[in-house]
Amino acid sequence: MASVQPHRVRPGRGTELLLLVPALGIGIAGYVLAGLGVTGSVPPHVIAYAVGTTVLALVVHVVLRLRAPYADPVILPVVVALNGIGLAMIYRISIAYAARGRADADIADRQLAWTAISVALAIAVLVLLRDHRTLRRYTYTAMVAGLVLVLLPLVPGLGQTINGARIWVRVGPVGMQPAEFAKIALAVFFAGYLVTHRDTLALAGKRVLGLQLPRARDLGPIILVWAASLVVLVLQRDLGTSLLFFGLFVAVLYLATERTSWIVIGLVLFVGGAAAAAATFGHVGARFDVWLHALDSDIYNRSPGGSGQLVAGLFGMASGGLFGTGLGQGRPDLVPFSYSDFIVAALGEELGLTGLLAILLLYTILVSRGLRTAIGVRDGFGKLLAGGLSFVMAFQLFVVVGGVTRLIPLTGLTTPFLAYGGSSLVANWVIAALLLRISDEARRPVPAVRAVATPDIGIPLSAPGRSRPVGGGRSTGRTGTPAVGTPVVVGEAPVRTSTATRADDGDGPAPDDSPTAHLGTDGTSTTEPGTDERGGRTR
Amino acid sequence: MNTPLRRLATITLVMFVALMGSATWVQFFQAESLNTDPRNVRTLYREHGNARGPIVVGGEAVASSVPVDDPFGYQRTYAHGDLYSAVTGFYSISNGRSQIEEHENDQLTGRSDQLFFTRIRDLLTGKRPEGAAVETTILPAAQQAARDGLGDQHGAVVALEPSTGRILALVSTPGFDPNVLAVHSTSEAAAQYRALAQAEGNPLRSNATQERYAPGSTFKLVTAAAALESGAYTADTPVPSPVQLELPQTSATIGNFGGGSCGGDQVTLADALRTSCNTAFASLGMTLGEDALREQSQRFGFLDAEQRVPMPVVESVFPSGLDPAVLAQSSIGQRDVQASPLQMAMVASAIANGGRLMTPYLVDTVRAADLTVVSRTEPQTYSDAVSAATASALTQMMVGVVESGTGRSARIDGVQVAGKTGTAQTVEGQPPHAWFTAFAPAEAPRVAVAVIVENGGSLGNEATGGAVAAPIARAVIQAVLAS
Repeated sequence: MASVQPHRVRPGRGTELLLLVPALGIGIAGYVLAGLGVTGSVPPHVIAYAVGTTVLALVVHVVLRLRAPYADPVILPVVVALNGIGLAMIYRISIAYAARGRADADIADRQLAWTAISVALAIAVLVLLRDHRTLRRYTYTAMVAGLVLVLLPLVPGLGQTINGARIWVRVGPVGMQPAEFAKIALAVFFAGYLVTHRDTLALAGKRVLGLQLPRARDLGPIILVWAASLVVLVLQRDLGTSLLFFGLFVAVLYLATERTSWIVIGLVLFVGGAAAAAATFGHVGARFDVWLHALDSDIYNRSPGGSGQLVAGLFGMASGGLFGTGLGQGRPDLVPFSYSDFIVAALGEELGLTGLLAILLLYTILVSRGLRTAIGVRDGFGKLLAGGLSFVMAFQLFVVVGGVTRLIPLTGLTTPFLAYGGSSLVANWVIAALLLRISDEARRPVPAVRAVATPDIGIPLSAPGRSRPVGGGRSTGRTGTPAVGTPVVVGEAPVRTSTATRADDGDGPAPDDSPTAHLGTDGTSTTEPGTDERGGRTR
Repeated sequence: MNTPLRRLATITLVMFVALMGSATWVQFFQAESLNTDPRNVRTLYREHGNARGPIVVGGEAVASSVPVDDPFGYQRTYAHGDLYSAVTGFYSISNGRSQIEEHENDQLTGRSDQLFFTRIRDLLTGKRPEGAAVETTILPAAQQAARDGLGDQHGAVVALEPSTGRILALVSTPGFDPNVLAVHSTSEAAAQYRALAQAEGNPLRSNATQERYAPGSTFKLVTAAAALESGAYTADTPVPSPVQLELPQTSATIGNFGGGSCGGDQVTLADALRTSCNTAFASLGMTLGEDALREQSQRFGFLDAEQRVPMPVVESVFPSGLDPAVLAQSSIGQRDVQASPLQMAMVASAIANGGRLMTPYLVDTVRAADLTVVSRTEPQTYSDAVSAATASALTQMMVGVVESGTGRSARIDGVQVAGKTGTAQTVEGQPPHAWFTAFAPAEAPRVAVAVIVENGGSLGNEATGGAVAAPIARAVIQAVLAS
């Protein structure tokens, strides 16, 4: 760990600026090529577009310089590149739609607007959230928010059923998919809940068949989440989101407890639930038929629930071959929803296998940077949050690309950063901002800070006392981590001189009380969760 | 927590590798089978996105692709409605293609191997590939005369140039307007296709090349040719011509048209043909035997399942293993003998060309978009159907048919026309098919033609080949001779 061997870490903002040049170049070049390919002329607003996207990226870069100077220098360029590729492809499809007089030909302008909004929100997260551990105080608020967001589309009058899935909420002219935001809220909740309860979940309970089973009462919240994901599956007919939530939960649970049993239990629960759903509900069973027998003519021609869309995407990708038709030279408009769920098929068609693999590599880099952040950050909450957010992004990509390429059954999910859709874009930019924030913490050099802080607090005194918080609550039962945790604390405590009490808030014995306090006052005072939790502590 | 994080990182890596694998599977290993899947409309769209070559008749593009402002880019249009439907066929997004549109598709789309260097050049210069033009052998005046002659009657006309085998006219009625199938609205095209497929007379099928009929008395040309070729007969050899011919092993008899006599118990072969004497040819067929007739019909092009012009031509049949009664009926073109209109034009063409049958063809030249000739069809001998002497004798006999026999309505002032009528009884109670096959001028033939009017056409039960079909043949001959 960085703290054991003090060495200089370069902030990496210069690297980031350098990487932003090709990242922006890809998006702008794609935009120009799409225009050239479809209409034969350079898009009319190319200068404004280039300046606009460059300014957006540079503003984030400047904010990082000011507010998170040690943030990972690769995350932002990768996100900018992916967003730019998505914008170029959506622009290209919008031209084809406009030529056919379709009403949804304005998707490119909308997505550009959503990009600006997303960047603004990402900046807001970076500016307002100075320390990711603040989020831990909102653990149960996040749970409630997450569950409310999940259930929101089921509210009559508010929710909307589009293309068979009830995952939309429409208020006036603005529509959104709350599940995208629920994803973040639940990641915060899982991280906060599990960092506190990891020991009980990991150690209490019987061993059966070599698996450490948890105690029944520890299962409560887990059952709740399982039920929530099945509600999504059954009532909202959204297999993808349901899979995503449960995947996120199992992953964070595994991270927290290091118990393989949880993965097994999670898989058994989900597979059991999904199998029951497949047997009970026609639309879920149909997905499996489509997956296994996509090219059978009776499945292909079945309507609704046929494999026409999936096969159309496969045809598109196949026509792209190794090197693709070139932007604007293919027919991605033949694939239904090629701008959203099937944007990967459109990219595969026009950029070829080569281009698609390059895009997958960009995601690999992004996710590995996120997980690297999780490994680098010192507090357990940060590890679980960064790990959970990174995994959920990887898992979402796996579910959607795997579905489109027939690796797994097709479920409706958007491709992060690429696909059309405001909710998805905003949510993923917020995730990127959170990862940037955590990575700033993870990469910040320890020795420099210690030099400033040692006069205030003596290390020998504080170190033993503070080894407890880092390990998480009830550290008495833990034997494995102190070797890792102790040196971390040496550096960490001084960094947080001003927030030492806050760290205590989260890591001390208080969390065991705070849930009850929080839940008890939940109905009346959720507006100020911070004071709420503090109130619980003073009690 | 770092150990599970590292394991999680491995899991995500495995997931990404799996995605890369499945993408490779779809875009590389499975690509070919997906690209050739009949449900994949992309191939068709790609064709539509490029300029498809025109089909040219007499220097005019009768089928051409016009740039339009829709996702397909080009609209296939046919300049003359149903006039050339048996030649061009149709080109539809959802219902496929037919005739030249189908069988010269590689040339029209520019995908043919012969256009390889053109394609390479287009690739290097960045020019959008264009299909090659297919120039046909059709003579517009002859085609128009044939179409006008058939009018509302169901039937077919085929005209050939005897010395080369060029197809000068190819008409099938009822025809169809290919424009209605070329519309880009798949639902509209599908509705039109369904309507045409169920329409009476099956317009989508070309009667000229894809349908076969009992040839009736026109088949007597083949029987006469076999007799002359055998060496035992000349045009003046007397043949038995009873009023009623008893058929061996049955109680059935064969009579003459109208139940009359052919001018005595014995007539010359020439007179038998002139009056289209059934009993004479039936007994002649039994005398010659099945093998002689089969072999002769084969040399005229019967029993050839592989013939293409370039569209495949239905095989004309002369059955084998016949008992004498059936052989007698087959000798006069009834029972199991069946021939396409193109086949009967080939019989006339072979006689016209001194006995040498030239392979019929419809595509003259294929020209790349830059007008260079990609291929040109050279006339080829199909077979030596009969000797020059036999051909000459048959010509004289056929001139007799038109001058003073059953085919008098095909006479043209100043031109010797050689012809043969046919009135083929088909189903009991239905009017007969009226046939006429002819060539002219007899001394130096420039055109051979076969006409069939199904079920007597406008004359119904009163129809004979001479009354219904011969005037159409005459009009076509005049059109060719006038050009």
